[in-house]
Amino acid sequence: MMNETRRIIRFTLNGRAATANIAIYETVIEVLQRDFNLFGGRESCGQGLCGCCTVLVNGTAVSGCLYLAAFVDGAEVVTVEGLADRGVLHPIQQAFVSKTGFQCGYCTPGFILMTEQLLKRYPHPTDDEIRHYLSGNLCRCAAYPDIIEAVKAAANKIQAVESDP
Amino acid sequence: MTIPARFTEPADTTVEAPPKAKRKAAVRREVGRSIPRLESHAKVDGSAEYIYHLRLPGMLQGKICRSTVPHGRIVRIDASAALAIEGVHAVITGEDIRTLIPDPYYGPAFHDQPILAIGKVRYVGEPVAVVLAADLHVAEEAADQVVVEYEPLEPVFDEVAATKPGAPIIHDSLRPAGMFPDLQYLKGRSGTNVALDARVLHGDVEKGFAEADQVFENVFRSRKVVHATFEPTVSLAELNGSNGLTIHTSSQSPSYVRAEVSRLLGWPENRVRVRTAFLGGSFGAKLYIKLEALVAACALLVRKPVRIGLTMEEEFYTITKHGATVRIKTGMAKDGRIVAREVETWWNGGAYADIGPRVSQKSGFTAAGPYDIENVSLINYAVYTNDPPAGALRGFGISQIVWAYECQNDIIARSLGIDPLEFRRRNILHDGRPHATGTIMTNAEIDEVLDRLSDRMHWDVLFDHGSGPVRRGRGLAIGFKACIAPTTSVAVVNVYGDGSCCVSCSTVDMGQGSDTAMAQIAAETLGISTETVRVIHPDTDVTPYDMATLGSRSTYHMGNAVRLAAEDARAQLLRIAAATLQTDIEELEYRDGAVISRSGARMTMRGLMLARFGMQAGTVIGMGTFTPPYTKPDPRTGQSPQITPYWMLAGAAAEIEVDTETGRIRVTKLVNVGDVGCAINPAIAKRQLNGAGTMQLGFTLFEEMRFNEGQVINASLADYKIPGMLDVPEDLSAELVEFPHEHGPFGAKGVGETGMFSVSPAIANALCDAIGVRIMELPLTPERVLRAIRESENRPLESE
Ligand code: FES
Ligand code: FES
Repeated sequence: MMNETRRIIRFTLNGRAATANIAIYETVIEVLQRDFNLFGGRESCGQGLCGCCTVLVNGTAVSGCLYLAAFVDGAEVVTVEGLADRGVLHPIQQAFVSKTGFQCGYCTPGFILMTEQLLKRYPHPTDDEIRHYLSGNLCRCAAYPDIIEAVKAAANKIQAVESDP
Repeated sequence: MTIPARFTEPADTTVEAPPKAKRKAAVRREVGRSIPRLESHAKVDGSAEYIYHLRLPGMLQGKICRSTVPHGRIVRIDASAALAIEGVHAVITGEDIRTLIPDPYYGPAFHDQPILAIGKVRYVGEPVAVVLAADLHVAEEAADQVVVEYEPLEPVFDEVAATKPGAPIIHDSLRPAGMFPDLQYLKGRSGTNVALDARVLHGDVEKGFAEADQVFENVFRSRKVVHATFEPTVSLAELNGSNGLTIHTSSQSPSYVRAEVSRLLGWPENRVRVRTAFLGGSFGAKLYIKLEALVAACALLVRKPVRIGLTMEEEFYTITKHGATVRIKTGMAKDGRIVAREVETWWNGGAYADIGPRVSQKSGFTAAGPYDIENVSLINYAVYTNDPPAGALRGFGISQIVWAYECQNDIIARSLGIDPLEFRRRNILHDGRPHATGTIMTNAEIDEVLDRLSDRMHWDVLFDHGSGPVRRGRGLAIGFKACIAPTTSVAVVNVYGDGSCCVSCSTVDMGQGSDTAMAQIAAETLGISTETVRVIHPDTDVTPYDMATLGSRSTYHMGNAVRLAAEDARAQLLRIAAATLQTDIEELEYRDGAVISRSGARMTMRGLMLARFGMQAGTVIGMGTFTPPYTKPDPRTGQSPQITPYWMLAGAAAEIEVDTETGRIRVTKLVNVGDVGCAINPAIAKRQLNGAGTMQLGFTLFEEMRFNEGQVINASLADYKIPGMLDVPEDLSAELVEFPHEHGPFGAKGVGETGMFSVSPAIANALCDAIGVRIMELPLTPERVLRAIRESENRPLESE
């Protein structure tokens, strides 16, 4: 590790060009936290099991605690901090606020980003689809019923926006 | 044993519950509404502050080198290989800490836990050394290079075996901390692993058994489980300019941390500043001292800021819930009344006492259940073993106890042919009756809890148990807890020149929504809107003393302190106005940042400030202190007329399906009813009940720390499964029983733990209802269920 290989990566981070000097063993989460001061993606289990570290890479949700930073070279990375539009929360975020889809909030960014991906694939998910799609995200406070409500509210919100542009 | 005369009227379970002549809640604007949480925005955009993410300029990261043996003498620590690694700043051992702190042992009940091991280790995972480096990866690699040689000693892991003569002794002698005078008698006791034996004696239990028509005796066990908070435990320390130390920590008890770190260093408390932020969950894991003393010592030794943040794996080595063995013996009269109950409980406290003795005692005295029993004997042993230390976990021991008495109550009810609900109705402890400690039950809505359970479950409707391999069953259980005493909360409410207001208090918002609740209470009192109140996060330089955020005490204690502080601020503003307007204070009301008199005169904040400070600026500071009354129990009998400020009553009921071919239980319906006084924020209170219920569902069905010779073998979320979305029952509901508590702030009591109490026995009782199989040990894993099924069919599975 001490004779590490470093490299420069260039990628798009929340819509803006970004460059980082990384060690090849570093994960996306480490680099986002250290070089970009972004803590919305956060490590908890460190093993790809809880989803707290979820970030979107080229539109796909990945576990940032396992995903090597080297692999985002040239990619488009979105974190929860990139969802709001000039201070206006994304409809999914609004729904998590209005339904209080959280308690301690540590898992919340991960759920929000996973919901983003879910609603792209299933704009009108059933309860079952929500449960299955989000089953890889864990919440130790067990805010699950409220999270499900938030996802449904978000789907409605997005639907309303789209049908009434 | 003598008890006061007024406590001795004969038990008569046929009396009706006292009529509910309850006060009607006054019209309120802020309290009692499900106001969205104040920090919502920060929690969905990633900006909410957690200490785990704090980086201090120039800081070193610490990685702990941990013991690999459960019990042993440290022969030698060789850090040379670690120190040779480029980038390693220092390797700190227990002996280094001693140069700074000669007696580096801490703990809330006993001063038994060394900051780093000295001479001896007592569990696998115990911190032995810390490597400090600017780069965490370097520290991690170097921690693996620290060589520690041990001379193994015989370990003991089982809580009952550890109390037997000849068991290996884990601590040479007991060292009670000064905080609890009632533990002082244990000082210097040696040759024992029992850190505390606490008793409650009520009536004459031997006579009760002799007179009973039938006696039941069972042993119930709960295994160790872990909090697994998603924000791992973390602390940072830095020297501050004024000859002091600042500790940033994910702590539920900042005031305690200040006091204990000061004590260790031999400093006055004002040289130690402790601050917290939001906690990413805690559930009792982040209480008292965890990493704070270690980072403080490291920072002082190397004169640089130091951060130590645990990994999820390390959480398993830091603090756990108590495993417990409960022997419960109950004497029954023919008419289905419990006439005597004896409960003996061994609490597996692990290698260091932490708050274990308090868990044993405070939960232990409720071990007969919320029942009216004439003859009771309760004995609790807080036991040292070579497991990781056990402390508080959401319920403080209550769920281990309820597991025993509510399972046994079902066993008895079934054996006597009494419906389980009816059995409980016949025996419950009504308001106005003495509990086994002699304290009278008041403001305890146990009848109502039972009624709601019955309604929600349609208990009187015939239930379809199914046929074929999947059988259905339903079960219920009730439980209760006495809020911890004695404790104090202090709050300050600061009204600024423009009428806006801040609440300063050391209550920690770890997800339970206390910021919002405290803001609601201040807003209600001051007649302003909750959204305009700001709650300052704990910082011992700024926020006043609070015992800790634990045991569902904050809403009641801190809520009252905040209410009193806001009332104080309001009274001061009214006095200013009364003097200026030359009116009686009774004529005045403070609302929306202005004082209004009955005659219609109005003084705005500007006017009030001008009148008080001669200019339109200033501050009015209200203070509130709340310490509910408490009487120490008699050490011999556990009797006290006032053992708790309030009782928390809970009930749960479950419908399950069990696959008799695989042993897998699926909970299809779970109802959790909690007696919460009046909810300050009903949606938050329900979310707490559901959250707790789901957490306990995990403890009931699959969570279990597994050990091999003291080594945790499933210290990761890969092998230690916690509830996910698919585990949540399709029909999950929470119900609040709301009758105002006479001394609660706006009638409120605590709720954070209530949803944990009764879930496990409700499910086990449902299992028995489904297939007639009784399991005495948690968790109810498919394997354990299948083994029990096969056992009952006389074709047991091969043992492991
Ligand atoms: S921290 Fe990455 S999945 Fe848990
Ligand atoms: S809200 Fe605490 S972990 Fe999900």
